[in-house]
Amino acid sequence: MPKLNPHQIKEDFPILQQKINGNRLAYLDNSATTLKPIQVIEAISDYNKKSHGNPHRGAHKLSVLATEEYDLARKKVKEFINAKHSEEIIFTKNTTESLNLIAYSYGMNFINEGDEIVLAISEHHSNILPWQRVAKEKKANLKYMYLNANSRISEKEIKEKITTRTKIISIAQMSNVLGTIHPIEQIIEYGHKMGAIIIVDGAQSVPHMPVDVQDLDVDFFGFSAHKMLGPMGIGVLYGKKELLENMPPYLTGGDMIEYVYEQEATFAPIPYKFEAGTQNVEGAVGLRAAIEYLENIGLNNIQKHEEILVEYALDKMLKLPYIDIQGPIDLYMRGGIISFTLEDIHPHDIASILDTCGIAIRAGHHCAQPLMNYLKIPATSRISFYLYNNKEDIDQFIEGIKKVRKWFGYGS
Amino acid sequence: MDLDSIYSEIIMEHNRSGHNKKALKEPDITERGHNPSCGDDITLQLKLNDNIIEDASFTGVGCAISQASTSIMIDLVKGKTIEDALDLVNTFLAMIKSDIDNEEELEKLEDAIAFQNISNMPARVKCAVLAWHTLKEALL
Repeated sequence: MPKLNPHQIKEDFPILQQKINGNRLAYLDNSATTLKPIQVIEAISDYNKKSHGNPHRGAHKLSVLATEEYDLARKKVKEFINAKHSEEIIFTKNTTESLNLIAYSYGMNFINEGDEIVLAISEHHSNILPWQRVAKEKKANLKYMYLNANSRISEKEIKEKITTRTKIISIAQMSNVLGTIHPIEQIIEYGHKMGAIIIVDGAQSVPHMPVDVQDLDVDFFGFSAHKMLGPMGIGVLYGKKELLENMPPYLTGGDMIEYVYEQEATFAPIPYKFEAGTQNVEGAVGLRAAIEYLENIGLNNIQKHEEILVEYALDKMLKLPYIDIQGPIDLYMRGGIISFTLEDIHPHDIASILDTCGIAIRAGHHCAQPLMNYLKIPATSRISFYLYNNKEDIDQFIEGIKKVRKWFGYGS
Repeated sequence: MDLDSIYSEIIMEHNRSGHNKKALKEPDITERGHNPSCGDDITLQLKLNDNIIEDASFTGVGCAISQASTSIMIDLVKGKTIEDALDLVNTFLAMIKSDIDNEEELEKLEDAIAFQNISNMPARVKCAVLAWHTLKEALL
């Protein structure tokens, strides 16, 4: 297997060639969004130059070309996550829309009073708020699996929270705050045994590790293109065919119909039933190019590369006594996300000062306020890696942290 | 961008000192201010004597910008009438929005002029204005 060379990869990313505030750019905010390689930028541009039309609608050449591009992207996504059928891939705006689609179409129709919906306390707001609405509307119980001291969900917690009344379990494969990879294989197996359907938010996992939805036997799976080198405004919902076929449409309108009469309508088969209105074809084209780029390098290689970076960063950070890591401090089942707090310095001040050193990190509650409350901290700072990061980025970050300390009048 | 122009000595000093950070014994007004997107969360307390802000303090959590801005504001409005305090709030907010370019007009803000450059850091403007909006809410 060829080794991944981040220096070579960096050259594919025009945005990394610039200086930020006079400094080399260390982009460590990949959990928020990732940068685009020239191959993705050019694929979108080529589509707009040569093949842009409204798919499925016209008999003319450009409409046909756009339809082909859109179908090719769906096929690419199907292969990428190893879905059984192409029609199990529904294009959405992003993971948030994917989760809302399931909540409104599946949740509102198949959840009844007294049923349980189980989430992890580490969920992103996008995997909490839709379920709060379903639970309120349907008088269902919303329950949370909590984390142990090393930020993990124990087997005991899984078996305590998931019961025969549990109808939905929705959980992120990788926490966007802590970097924990949750034991979704165990949760899916146990959840199915209890009669629940399982939804996995793959926004943070799919870009960084191989995922096989058939192997996982997951019922629904969502992710966003912009967190995996693709454009914003396009995401994916995978769902098992038999589930999707029994669900009513989420949005209604153009292109998702079979026959429309004055008082009623029949709907197109999946996936079109869930894709109302003109879709984001250039987004799909960009997503396909991003997947091709990632596959070319190899998801296994990317995962290994990030493991090396996490080990290097954790080692350096744990040596600084004023840094408190929020999340697993070992390398077992964790991804390239490290949240931390600095003694007596607020995360927003850290992020602002690091920005002046060309270091891009995220600070705040990371759209996970219930987790912040659970951890009893108002906010964290977070660094997150991708294939173009290298040890130099981490060294620059560690130097930046020392500068933050100095600025606040502490020794390094 | 120059770090000194934002994290200036006066701001760092107020962030550290905490001389206004306490709960008042019998406040007449308690007002909470919150930036949901970043988690700055302060509670402002005021003791009034007729029309005069006799004492003021705050508690809560937040970044250096929000904490220093609150502390500097309290130093400024203590002993002032409600009308004067509201005028100072409006002047401060206008300064942040760059609506006032007359330096003389800004002089009454005293140490709070230190936040004049916060517009160079757009993501942090809400941290600087939190306390002032909270005071306005409390007094109106």
